[in-house]
Amino acid sequence: MSNNVTLPEQQGPEAGTAATREPLLAVENMKMHFPIYGGFPIKRKVGAVRAVDGVDFQVFPGESLGLVGESGCGKSTTGRMVTRLLEPTAGKITYSGRDITHAKRRELAPIRSEIQMIFQDPYSSLNPRQTVGTIIKSPMEINGINPPGGREKKVRELLELVGLNPEHYNRFPHEFSGGQRQRIGVARALALEPKLIVADEPVSALDVSIQAQVVNLLQKVQDELGIAFLFIAHDLAIVRHFSHRVAVMYLGKIVEVADRESLYTRPRHPYTHALLSAVPEVDLDTEHKERIRLAGDVPSPISPPSGCRFRTRCWKAQDKCATDEPPLVQISGNKEGHLTACHFPEAPSIEARVEDVVMDPALAALEKDHTEG
Amino acid sequence: MLQFIIRRLLGAALTLFLIGAVTFFLFVAGPSDYASLACGKDCSPTRIGEIREALGLNLPIASQFWQFMSGIVMGRDYPTGHCDAPCLGVSFYSGDLVWDTIMDRFPLTLSLTIGGLAIFLVVGLGTGLLAAWKRGTAVDKIASGASMVLSSFQIYFLGPIVLTIFVYSTGWMENPKYVPFTEDPVGWLVGLSLPMIVMATIFTAQYTRMARSSMIEQLQEEHVRTARAKGLSQRYVFFRYAWRGSLIPIVTIIGIDISALLGGGVVTELTFSLQGIGQLAVMGATQKDLPLTMGVMLFGAFFILLVNILTDIVYAYIDPRVRLS
Amino acid sequence: MSTLTKTEDTPAATAPEAFLSVRDLRVRFSTEDGIVKAVDGLSFDVERGKTLGIVGESGSGKSVTNLTVLGLHNRKTTDIQGEIILDGQELNSAPEREMEKLRGNKAAMIFQDPLTALSPYYTVGRQLSEPFMKHRGASKKEARDRAIEMLTKVGIPQPQTRFDDYPHQFSGGMRQRAMIAMALMCDPELLIADEPTTALDVTVQAQILDLLKDLQQEFGSAIIFITHDLGVIANMADDLLVMYAGRAVERGTVREVLQTPSHPYTWGLLSSMPRLTGDIDEELVPIPGSPPSLLNPPSGCPFNPRCAYSGHVADSLCTTERPPLAPGRAAACHLTAGQKQTIFVNEIKPRLG
Repeated sequence: MSNNVTLPEQQGPEAGTAATREPLLAVENMKMHFPIYGGFPIKRKVGAVRAVDGVDFQVFPGESLGLVGESGCGKSTTGRMVTRLLEPTAGKITYSGRDITHAKRRELAPIRSEIQMIFQDPYSSLNPRQTVGTIIKSPMEINGINPPGGREKKVRELLELVGLNPEHYNRFPHEFSGGQRQRIGVARALALEPKLIVADEPVSALDVSIQAQVVNLLQKVQDELGIAFLFIAHDLAIVRHFSHRVAVMYLGKIVEVADRESLYTRPRHPYTHALLSAVPEVDLDTEHKERIRLAGDVPSPISPPSGCRFRTRCWKAQDKCATDEPPLVQISGNKEGHLTACHFPEAPSIEARVEDVVMDPALAALEKDHTEG
Repeated sequence: MLQFIIRRLLGAALTLFLIGAVTFFLFVAGPSDYASLACGKDCSPTRIGEIREALGLNLPIASQFWQFMSGIVMGRDYPTGHCDAPCLGVSFYSGDLVWDTIMDRFPLTLSLTIGGLAIFLVVGLGTGLLAAWKRGTAVDKIASGASMVLSSFQIYFLGPIVLTIFVYSTGWMENPKYVPFTEDPVGWLVGLSLPMIVMATIFTAQYTRMARSSMIEQLQEEHVRTARAKGLSQRYVFFRYAWRGSLIPIVTIIGIDISALLGGGVVTELTFSLQGIGQLAVMGATQKDLPLTMGVMLFGAFFILLVNILTDIVYAYIDPRVRLS
Repeated sequence: MSTLTKTEDTPAATAPEAFLSVRDLRVRFSTEDGIVKAVDGLSFDVERGKTLGIVGESGSGKSVTNLTVLGLHNRKTTDIQGEIILDGQELNSAPEREMEKLRGNKAAMIFQDPLTALSPYYTVGRQLSEPFMKHRGASKKEARDRAIEMLTKVGIPQPQTRFDDYPHQFSGGMRQRAMIAMALMCDPELLIADEPTTALDVTVQAQILDLLKDLQQEFGSAIIFITHDLGVIANMADDLLVMYAGRAVERGTVREVLQTPSHPYTWGLLSSMPRLTGDIDEELVPIPGSPPSLLNPPSGCPFNPRCAYSGHVADSLCTTERPPLAPGRAAACHLTAGQKQTIFVNEIKPRLG
């Protein structure tokens, strides 16, 4: 193994599309159904939590794909399948042209070092009984990698790269703050010179002022080392900041995927509209922005709605939505690579509407009172 | 809920069957020579042969197992006579039916358990609650300190001291003995009061500490804070909100303790020379009386399972999340 | 300067209509490691029917402050100094019994995580009814009617049957609605909402925030809204208090503070937040370092170890003297008004898109 990171040919993030490049990671119709046991008198499988229910996406070398959605949409499960911490129930995961969907431990070993994960909680994802040096070194030991100059030198380089003092090699995780711990997590992920990093809510446990430190670090890592990212987060602004392309998930499905410019300014799926509209912004003059307020919470993934899963909360739903599941396709007028799964897409704009969409009955009632009263 | 109970009962029946099977294969079909143990010392080979015949040990293992298991459910016949269900066999030593022996001893063990339980639940939990309510005050410190000291005592240490003081030196009380409750309730209580109190003292200390820590933990729960934020009185919050949640770990331990005590409080019974289940178990083991040991084991296992089910039902009563999921 | 430090943190003296006034509040906990100065000389006012936003990171003292207002801190381990005056009544010295009459009645709270903040052992209906029965002397039946009315108001479908459900049978958003209904049972004049939407998904958060605003219009309650999210605060608050290390560092109307912030910490918060609109490739400028330990806060200005502008202040004043927070619109910073203006216009504003 060489010390040098195998950089993919240096390319701008936006460079190249599916047509011109091989994807590093391709996921086809990937599913994860967690069985539910119950019944009487003998327990048996009575159903399944359809956490991820058929998703397709690709991540290209050096690119960052953002995965957004609300809790229970399956974004974290998706990340765990990509790193093969979970084995998909169905579908196919191809990494660098190799099918790793059901690969065994031994077959996965060489790939494990190329796909690394950064976890949400910097407190529980580091072993408190190991020094920082040991934590960062152990992936190299497990994979039998001997960088020139030795592993310890490499660890010190990594510590420096993530903005920590290399002198702190022998300290324990509890001596570091949350932000610094997340840097340790990043250093550990980088130890094996990965080509793909799955970052699952890497900053959501951190304070606002610290989040930016870690986001900037990840961005630096991405730019300088050309590592591809699957960036999973619920914070739309952070995803926009970090990702070249963004996929929106709802109840185990991708409902829309596009380059970030299109997704954030010309969304087509009603759910994407609702999400963007719901984000509270610091900007005080938001009258120009559309206002959409959904009703209730996300339905249960145990028995998701038929047809389009968003239809139960959608203001545009018609009979067709209950019977036909909309395919994820490029709607006319959209840029290449901008795919939407909707029978009745919205106009490609987030400008304010003539009338707000207020689905919540309590809100609608109160607002009616106020305008009349 | 009914479904849940039925399922648990079925499960318990299955578990008992498995325990029976394991016991059988360990003891009867296992490496120990059942017949020569039954025969005792100085045993002639012909005598062993007779015993093998009488106990059906010459039959294939499967039929022996069937006899053993069906005996428990339906009773079985020995050459010496009939053994009613639940038939746990005949003691090698006394020649009595094991079930009858256990039933002779059980009232004492049950009495000790009930009496001790009543004392340590009331005193232990009460003191623990008081300590939690008065947390940080002298009352708390005394209660916590005393329970710390007492819980490090052992029955075989405290028992003889109490006996020496109350029985041997002063003669204030007689040696502990068992009088059936139905014959003489007062005599029953007086006769067993010393062992009950000594046993309960040690449990009380443990329950005080547990109730205190469990309450203090609950008092820091967010929902308890919400209850206070609604303006409910401290007393109400303490007894309605915190107490309910603190019961779950306590009930778990009560369950474990009850089943252990019903299976025989060996140390208590030996310390006070009482003829209970625990003493029976020791006897069975020292005398290599296999049927007796098996019987006591199965009997104890039965209570563990029964109390487990009861504990789960109590959980469901306390916590709607258990009940409604 | 020294005279100023004594009278620091006195907001607009011309605020007679303040419904809640907190003056020079100091909260100290004794812990095994030493004394934590959770709140250190905090003053603020809340007007009737208005919303005061308090923004800060974990450990800034924003939650502690509001538990203290209702006396919900642990009285044995907490030392509290200063005045808390609610509608003319001094609360810091009020006996527990007086506070009980007030809590859930004149002043109610909404907590962050409705799953842990509602008791799992009792039905939602019972938990809603309790404060109404206690404070209004209502019967079970009256409390039930009131609870169903409030559940309807906050948008719980089938309130008659949901009344008898347990919190775990509600979804996250519905639980938070139930919590809001519970807080509104006795028509409180002051509502303290401590990160009420942090545990919720963004589309549900939007529903709850709008609901709170609409209900405020109807009930006319004053609200103290605590959050770490500047976006949420921009949508909810009239006035804004930025807290750092147990102190208020900037105060003003929401518009003033968010559009012309004048404390380096507020600048840092705003420049480290990515936006949904504006220049995509604008780099985030994080605040270096991490928040200080409250066991041993830095001397002088608590923000000085992380501040990029302390060099602009002469005589290393930032490390020796605590900057005062003047009344009204103000920031607790040693930079001169001119320096703040120049730095904001030249360096900060361009970053904010």
